[in-house]
Amino acid sequence: MKKDKKQSLKLNRRELLVGSASLGAMAAASNSVFAKQVSSKNLPPNVPEWTGELGDGVDVNPYGMPSQFEENVIRRNVEWLTASSQSSVNFTPIQDLEGIVTPNGLCFERHHGGVSIINPKDYRLMINGLVDREMIFTLEDLKRFPQTNKFYFLECAANGGMEWKGSQLNGCQYTFGMVHNVQYTGVKLSDLIQETGLKPKAKWVLAEGSDSSGMTRSIPIEKLLDDCMIAWAMNGEALRSEQGYPARLVVPGWEGNMWVKWLRRLEFGDMPYMTREETSKYTDLLPEGNARMFTWVMDAKSVVTSPSPEKPILNKGVHQLRGLAWSGRGKISRVDVSLDGGKNWKTAKLHDPVLSKSVARFTFPFEWNGEELLIQSRAIDETNYVQPTIQELQKIRGVNSIYHNNSIATWLVNSDGKVDNVRLG
Amino acid sequence: MFDLVKHSILFSFFIFLSSFVNADDRKFNLGKIATKTEIAGWNIDVRPDGMGAPKGSGDAIKGEEVYAEQCAACHGDFGEGVDRWPELVGGEGSLDTHDPVKTTGSYWPYASTMYDYIYRAMPFGVAQSLTHDETYQIVAYLLYMNEIIEEDFVLSEKNIGKIKMPNQKGFLLPDPRPDIANTDGKPCMENCKVPTKIIGKARDIDVTPEEEKS
Ligand code: HEC
Repeated sequence: MKKDKKQSLKLNRRELLVGSASLGAMAAASNSVFAKQVSSKNLPPNVPEWTGELGDGVDVNPYGMPSQFEENVIRRNVEWLTASSQSSVNFTPIQDLEGIVTPNGLCFERHHGGVSIINPKDYRLMINGLVDREMIFTLEDLKRFPQTNKFYFLECAANGGMEWKGSQLNGCQYTFGMVHNVQYTGVKLSDLIQETGLKPKAKWVLAEGSDSSGMTRSIPIEKLLDDCMIAWAMNGEALRSEQGYPARLVVPGWEGNMWVKWLRRLEFGDMPYMTREETSKYTDLLPEGNARMFTWVMDAKSVVTSPSPEKPILNKGVHQLRGLAWSGRGKISRVDVSLDGGKNWKTAKLHDPVLSKSVARFTFPFEWNGEELLIQSRAIDETNYVQPTIQELQKIRGVNSIYHNNSIATWLVNSDGKVDNVRLG
Repeated sequence: MFDLVKHSILFSFFIFLSSFVNADDRKFNLGKIATKTEIAGWNIDVRPDGMGAPKGSGDAIKGEEVYAEQCAACHGDFGEGVDRWPELVGGEGSLDTHDPVKTTGSYWPYASTMYDYIYRAMPFGVAQSLTHDETYQIVAYLLYMNEIIEEDFVLSEKNIGKIKMPNQKGFLLPDPRPDIANTDGKPCMENCKVPTKIIGKARDIDVTPEEEKS
């Protein structure tokens, strides 16, 4: 299967090359290249062309978009991974982002039955099962409960799942991009549940989406009442449709699949529901043929976003290595960086704010003089968990568990400054 | 007659009062009480013990027809999977090999999950369109194809919670993580003994999507 795809990708490339031999394609290609070239007539001492004319007035873009020069900062997918785009995934361009906030339009998408489009007036949340009162809430009802605002990362348990056996995808976006970090606004379940009451026997909740996949996951009630929330806003505006508009579940620190989007129902029960997503999927197959179940928490992880395969080093001299670290068990307490494949480590600078179950930003200054580097980062969280090597994980879990690969990755900086995703052994 | 009306007015007032009293121990008095009918329409999950299984029944003989019509285009006549659509049958004995094949037969621990999932999410793109009988028939067909039941076995709400799946014992609980050596927060900082030989490069595998513009 993979081989087929490889061939077809190669074919695409060949088609592209042939295509670009035609004059039209050549002009189009050079046009977009041209836009990125330096134009000396805009440089000092000349007066830049944009100074001598008026720009657009207000309201040309009632909802503002990124600069046209940032057109490459987009989500991307790997087509051969899945059979249909409605049951598929794309990746956050983390290599192009700064700070800890993922802009809403760049948060990776994972759908199992496409994006549902829901008129908020038609939104209902049903709560049934082992509660004192089985109830239905409108979106307006939810917004009248006490409100909470929190930054949390959301990572798909399969982030890095392609890399268990070896380095496969040559990109920071493709190997680490199933993560995003936004500020959620919503109601805590511990508040909402005061309306319905809970029967003492209630130990589990089934969260159910209203999308075409009817996404369902079981969550233990301790977690639900600890820090879960139903969010209707992200980064200050309504949820994006592809993130579950008008309301989704937020399950801080736990695998993204549980954060049910387009949430329509919570059913309380006395045992887990064993849905397809927690049996057939999101179970971690071990070499002996049995599998771990209910592996919810996302262990500490970090990634160097620049330099990275998409961010080669362009000049000799000083550079700022940049990266992200996060842990489902709490706060990141430290990130170390190695430039020699893990032999020697230095501690990176962590930037404010460092929040629990949120990504943290780190930087590390270094000098490059054309030598080969093997760049790695290693996160440590407040529970003293140290991000492992892939060998450590493979020794215990083999190579077929797909999920929860939080191992240290290696970027090789070649002498020409190009960067490769490599596996050390 | 007058008395009766008065009575019923009083009675409904009493009901009104009691719902009011009920509402009183709600902290915010938001939302509304769900009716049984409303709940019945959305409460479609089926648990391993059979709780939630709707009334209905079907066997593999009937299931074969429905499956051929509604499912085979993607999942193949025998559940083998067409192109990259998921395979649903086979794979037994493969879980501990290099190429594990996880299907309803080789991997799924509960038949209830098959019912629950197929009813809620399949056929892909026409979710929640099957009847309950059709769903039992299809699940029976898949169980039969996986050699778990006989072709004339009648699957129903009474026995869906009792089917023994081959891999039911194949799952480990609870989560043993952290399962790695270093949880003391003090990793090696200098001259660490680690492998630093490059043994593989993603570039050589060449499956990374290419930028059309660059
Ligand atoms: C148009 C193609 C298509 C049709 C028709 C279809 N399916 Fe599916 N099926 C899919 C896709 C795609 C998935 C994976 C969905 C996801 O990613 O969550 C799937 C998943 C499944 C799974 C779960 C597989 C696993 O290993 O987790 C089962 C079981 C299933 N389908 C059964 C059926 C049945 C039964 C029918 C007929 C009633 C049916 N499907 C019709 C495309 C299809």
